[in-house]
Amino acid sequence: MNPVLQVSGLSKAFHLHLHGGKHLPVVEGVDFVVNAGECVVLGGPSGAGKSSILKAIYGNYLANSGAIILDDGETAMDVVTASPGAIITLRRHTMGYVSQFLRVIPRVPALEIVAEAARAAGLPADEALERAGRLLAHLNLPERLWNLPPATFSGGEQQRVNIARGFAGNHRFLILDEPTASLDAVNREAVIGLIAERKAQGTAFLGIFHDTEVRERVADRIIDVTRFSPAKEIAA
Amino acid sequence: MTNLSASPLLVAEGLSKFYGSRIGCRNVNFALQPGEVLAIVGESGSGKTTLLNLLSGQLAPNAGAVRYRMRDGETKNLLDLSEAERRFLARTDWGFVHQDARNGLRMGVSAGGNIGERLMGVGDRHYGRIRETARGWLDRVEIDTSRIDDKPTQFSGGMRQRLQIARNLVTHPRLVFMDEPTGGLDVSVQARLLDLIRGLVADLGLAVVLVTHDLAVARLLSHRILVMKDGHVIEAGLTDRVLDDPQEAYTQLLVSSVLAA
Repeated sequence: MNPVLQVSGLSKAFHLHLHGGKHLPVVEGVDFVVNAGECVVLGGPSGAGKSSILKAIYGNYLANSGAIILDDGETAMDVVTASPGAIITLRRHTMGYVSQFLRVIPRVPALEIVAEAARAAGLPADEALERAGRLLAHLNLPERLWNLPPATFSGGEQQRVNIARGFAGNHRFLILDEPTASLDAVNREAVIGLIAERKAQGTAFLGIFHDTEVRERVADRIIDVTRFSPAKEIAA
Repeated sequence: MTNLSASPLLVAEGLSKFYGSRIGCRNVNFALQPGEVLAIVGESGSGKTTLLNLLSGQLAPNAGAVRYRMRDGETKNLLDLSEAERRFLARTDWGFVHQDARNGLRMGVSAGGNIGERLMGVGDRHYGRIRETARGWLDRVEIDTSRIDDKPTQFSGGMRQRLQIARNLVTHPRLVFMDEPTGGLDVSVQARLLDLIRGLVADLGLAVVLVTHDLAVARLLSHRILVMKDGHVIEAGLTDRVLDDPQEAYTQLLVSSVLAA
């Protein structure tokens, strides 16, 4: 086994200063490993902390304790203690994130959004553009939309641009937060195909999929996050 | 692009400034890497502008130092530079984009002249080449090149701001200070300007110290945020971490006070 991500003893809580200093523990003692070439899916009901775990791993949420060790192929870095600059470098080359929604940047065309992500990962401009086109075509985004900014696209079209952007780099670890939520059957199939292709190349995936059919087909293992729920008396 | 292997371009060490008994800013420490965009956020009066003026050598600190790595690779304390050296740095290796473009432009000089003046400041004397470079920069900041002989007084607010950016970038600075660069502009004009700045910063690999009270601007442009309150840096970190998971009470208040940053 070749672990890409090792999470150990991770806990996350929110301290709400504006609401009487309320302390809201979300997860405690999170332990799991994601190996190269496998897709691990976080399961459990809504509110169990699945998204919070993904965000802590991406450095978007500050972990309160524990370690999130990511192997970039040469060295292992702990996201919890890494500097902002180190996290930016990790995000550029090692870990990618596909969120549920595209954060639209005004005026930037769809093809360019995807190509920019590929260039950020180190691809030369022409290769980046070619890869961006290939991904958008694979995800059935009509070519007439490629040179338009996605602000006016439908939810499903925006989501496909978002997925293409997430897959545009050469990240060895990809976080997927409900990437198929607003897609029809044909496009869900296209995303499942992309995941399978990248798994075969050794990319490690950690994701949340509410769609049971998609989950069954992509998951190598499902981790029930309710076992990381904080003790009830603290939550009260 | 943030370059971690390089040594920092600008370092603030224990920077403090007092106005009598009032704190302008106190004990500010950070290092800025080449190509890194750092946003300084906080309400008016929090010390953002004082800090920006200290960093750019326009104000002398009561304590602490600002170190800058010069183009020859040598790192110098700004306080040790002569006034002439500091001015030369400011018009070659630095840019300064003011909120009010009138403070950064010469309003009585043509658009081409505003850009050309910076080039002449670094010794370029070839009229045709200066004019060609000015034309290229007008185009790059999306100003119709037929306006090259018009004065900024005839330009809209958004155009003036884009001209100010062109004037600053023509000498290929490595560091640009920006003070509320989109403040006071219409929302649609802001969006266009932000996108332009975002593209230029990435293409040219500029390091930027950006002062803004607009968290959406900070999110779009910066890698890292310092949150200031009453002259102190109360929270610092990766931009999306500070905005999505703010730790301090004041940062939580700032973030929750805007609709969608």
